[in-house]
Amino acid sequence: MQLLVDWFPFILFSGWSGMLIASALGVILARNPVHSVLFLVLCFVISAAIWLLLHAEFLAVALVLVYVGAVMVLLLFVVMMLDIKAERMREGLVRYAPFGVLVGLLLAAQLASVWWLRDSGMELLAQPQTPYFSEGNTRALGELLYTEHLYAFEIAGYILLLAIVGAITLTLRRRGGLRVQQVSEQVAVRPEDRVRLVKMKAERPE
Amino acid sequence: MRHEAILLAPLCAALLVALGCRVLPRALMHGLPIAAVAASALLSTWALADQIGGAPVAVKLFDWLSIGGLDLSFGLLIDRLSALMMCVVTWVSLAVHVYTVRYMRDDPGYARFFALISFFTAAMLLLVMADNFMQLFVGWEAVGLASYLLIGFWFKRPSANFASLKAFLVNRIGDLGLLLGIGLIAGAAGTLDYAEVFAGAGPLAAREITVWPGISWPALDLGCALLFVGAMGKSAQMPLHIWLPDSMEGPTPISALIHAATMVTAGVFMVARMSPLFEHSQLALSMVLAVGATTALATGLVAMVQQDIKRIVAWSTLSQLGYMMAGLGVSAYSVAIYHLFTHAFFKALLFLAAGAVIVALHHQQDIRRMGGLRRRMPITYATALIGGLALVGIPGTAGFFSKDALITAVSRADGPLGAYAGWCLLLGVAATAFYTARLLLVVFHGEPREGILSSASAARPRSSSGSAGHASLEPVGPWMLAPLVFLAVPSLLIGWFTFAPVVLGDYFGGSIVNLPGGGPGGGDLSQGTLDFFLHGLYSPVFLLALLGGAAAWVFCHWRPQWSERADPFLRGPARALALGYGFDRLVERALIPGTRGAARSAADQADSRFIDGLLVNGLARAVRWGSGMMRRLQTGLLYHYAFVMVTAICLLIAWVVLVLD
Amino acid sequence: MIGLPHLLTLSAVLFAIAVCGIFINRRSVILLLMCVELLLLAVNFNFVAFAWYLGDLAGQVFVFFILTVAAAEAAIGLAILVVLFRNRISVNVDEFRLLKG
Repeated sequence: MQLLVDWFPFILFSGWSGMLIASALGVILARNPVHSVLFLVLCFVISAAIWLLLHAEFLAVALVLVYVGAVMVLLLFVVMMLDIKAERMREGLVRYAPFGVLVGLLLAAQLASVWWLRDSGMELLAQPQTPYFSEGNTRALGELLYTEHLYAFEIAGYILLLAIVGAITLTLRRRGGLRVQQVSEQVAVRPEDRVRLVKMKAERPE
Repeated sequence: MRHEAILLAPLCAALLVALGCRVLPRALMHGLPIAAVAASALLSTWALADQIGGAPVAVKLFDWLSIGGLDLSFGLLIDRLSALMMCVVTWVSLAVHVYTVRYMRDDPGYARFFALISFFTAAMLLLVMADNFMQLFVGWEAVGLASYLLIGFWFKRPSANFASLKAFLVNRIGDLGLLLGIGLIAGAAGTLDYAEVFAGAGPLAAREITVWPGISWPALDLGCALLFVGAMGKSAQMPLHIWLPDSMEGPTPISALIHAATMVTAGVFMVARMSPLFEHSQLALSMVLAVGATTALATGLVAMVQQDIKRIVAWSTLSQLGYMMAGLGVSAYSVAIYHLFTHAFFKALLFLAAGAVIVALHHQQDIRRMGGLRRRMPITYATALIGGLALVGIPGTAGFFSKDALITAVSRADGPLGAYAGWCLLLGVAATAFYTARLLLVVFHGEPREGILSSASAARPRSSSGSAGHASLEPVGPWMLAPLVFLAVPSLLIGWFTFAPVVLGDYFGGSIVNLPGGGPGGGDLSQGTLDFFLHGLYSPVFLLALLGGAAAWVFCHWRPQWSERADPFLRGPARALALGYGFDRLVERALIPGTRGAARSAADQADSRFIDGLLVNGLARAVRWGSGMMRRLQTGLLYHYAFVMVTAICLLIAWVVLVLD
Repeated sequence: MIGLPHLLTLSAVLFAIAVCGIFINRRSVILLLMCVELLLLAVNFNFVAFAWYLGDLAGQVFVFFILTVAAAEAAIGLAILVVLFRNRISVNVDEFRLLKG
């Protein structure tokens, strides 16, 4: 029983890892782009779960809230809005697949080889000894962000602001023929433009 | 202070006149330079008097440059050699200044002319009084500039422009030699100061310099030869003599001052000044002797057939310069300088007399259109006769003492080269006598030639046309005659006073160095002045001079038709002589077109094709071709870029894994 | 027990899959964007793993900033995509070759 308790995180990790890889494959192989986006959402959710195992609670929550909640929804929205023909999406898949797989395998092998071949002196299989924060991940991260990395944090804020402005500027479209209120003209109007005084003889009603 | 004033007075006068050429009254335009040069002349004489009894004076003016280990400064070195030269320069210059007042009376460039000759005087003094090589070079170039500006003084004449450019360009060749020589001395000796270089001449003579990997020459041989190339340019030695006859395009006072008396003797002065160096280089001395002797005879022969009065005197100058050089070549420096000294007076006198004749005849220069001027211009005739006698070397005149001593010195040189030089100089005497007698006879004797006034009055309509002869001679006036008389006196008499101390005695003292046994000492030429004079009466030199004069009298005066009879035999040589051996033709037909062709082909091939075509445009084409190649990489397709990126990542990782570990 | 190699291997596999996705998919820019997100996720995995392993929060701070930049990138990328689609009625990668020299 104790064995099970000890190995429980690893079992969880293994399962989620398998699901993560499967859904990542789903992202790139799904016929329908909407399915791809949904697979991607799944990827992020599983990742958040794994990060929880690694004591990155704040990041895990941020990933779900910000990424899944905002970015992915935006992606999904765009995919649905653009009406992309699903069948055309898959053209050329077979043609380029062997090449893509080859590159991917090569890359994975290389990345893995870094760790298997290279003796960096680290105890790779050892468990981390100390909890690296004592009073909660969010608070620790917050203290670090608002003290040591304050400038970077501010810059990140500006980057987001720029992204907002940029996205709006890019997609803003002025369509002709729309009837809109011209406030400046209304304010700057003069009486003689609107009212015309005419002189005429008084007329006797018939 | 008075030593500096010698140099500064003419310089200041030149500046004042040049700057005030529009505002100064006419009296000041010539008054200032004349006063300045007169002051300079008097101070020079004072300095000379000091030198006769005293030690050399070195005046340090200022430091000019300090480059590396080379310190260049301006300073004045007044020893017996430079004091003598200063006197010659200033007194002749003074005579020419006075003469110019009348000669240039009607010229629009009156002030400019005075500014330039004053500037020239200052530059020449700078050259003469220099105490180091660099200052010598500065003065050298400054007199060259003055010469250029004055030859081209009448810049509206194409021929004057051509002549000034020619003089300047030919002098470039010589100046390059001088500059190289100076550079070599600076490199070998590490200093340019006369005193230091001369003191180290002995060790310097032992040094060898590598001119090309594997070939080394004695440093002094090469250095002196290069310095002599400079002297050849300035002193118009063959084959760099071609500019001097053409320089007669300038006004006559200039021909007298610059191209006869002073500037052209700068080369002679320079070699004499460098005597401590030349003494160590037998090669350079032999070169000096060969070139000088050849020039002396060859140019004297050319003078025999010239028709232009100034050109005759100019070729004669070349010949006399050759004499001086030959004297230097046998280490008889004092004799050569002595000839320079007397020559300055009588050659300036001859030029000024020629100028007087030219003015009197309304700028007629062709001697075939002159004649019978003896009675109409008695003073000019008398002074020209004195100058001619001195030039020929009739015993008793100044020219006799210097020239006879020179010929005696050269004739004592041994070896085939010495014999050649001796014969050249001896025959040159006959040539000198011939052309001088011819000049005097044709111009001043006989009957006035026909057609003189017709052409002269055509050129100058305002002169009244006379019935015959020189009825309407332009009066020359005292301003021109006074310098003639002033120069005639030393031309005639100065030998009697100066020969004994300068040539026989040890006048130059330490300013000229003769190695033991290197050249004829002063005392062994003769016992005394009178003895030398009497001996001169029996010498072959005098005989040859008489023969030459007699020949001229026969062919040009007594029986002119005989020369026509001899014409078929003499036409060819005379033609060669009249052309000056074809040096000018060689330059004009071979060197100039050759240079132009080379320049053009360099412009076409090297510049247009190689530099512009291959390097400049070729680089642009290469970039264009390269970017055309690079362009093909830019497909614009996203996955191509991604592929490159990923491949690069793979390679990077492979590098990290396989190489760095 | 979970060790660093497991996490790193997982991240490498994730990265490789994303790269494969970029190569396999020639049709849709949207999918490219998604693959880029996956790449970033793989990188984030590394950071989180090392932060956990070394006990250093700097790794998590880094992830935080990467997420920020990735969100901005996604927003801008999608905006560009929308404009592109509006102008060309297509999101086909093969048709976007205006950069060709």
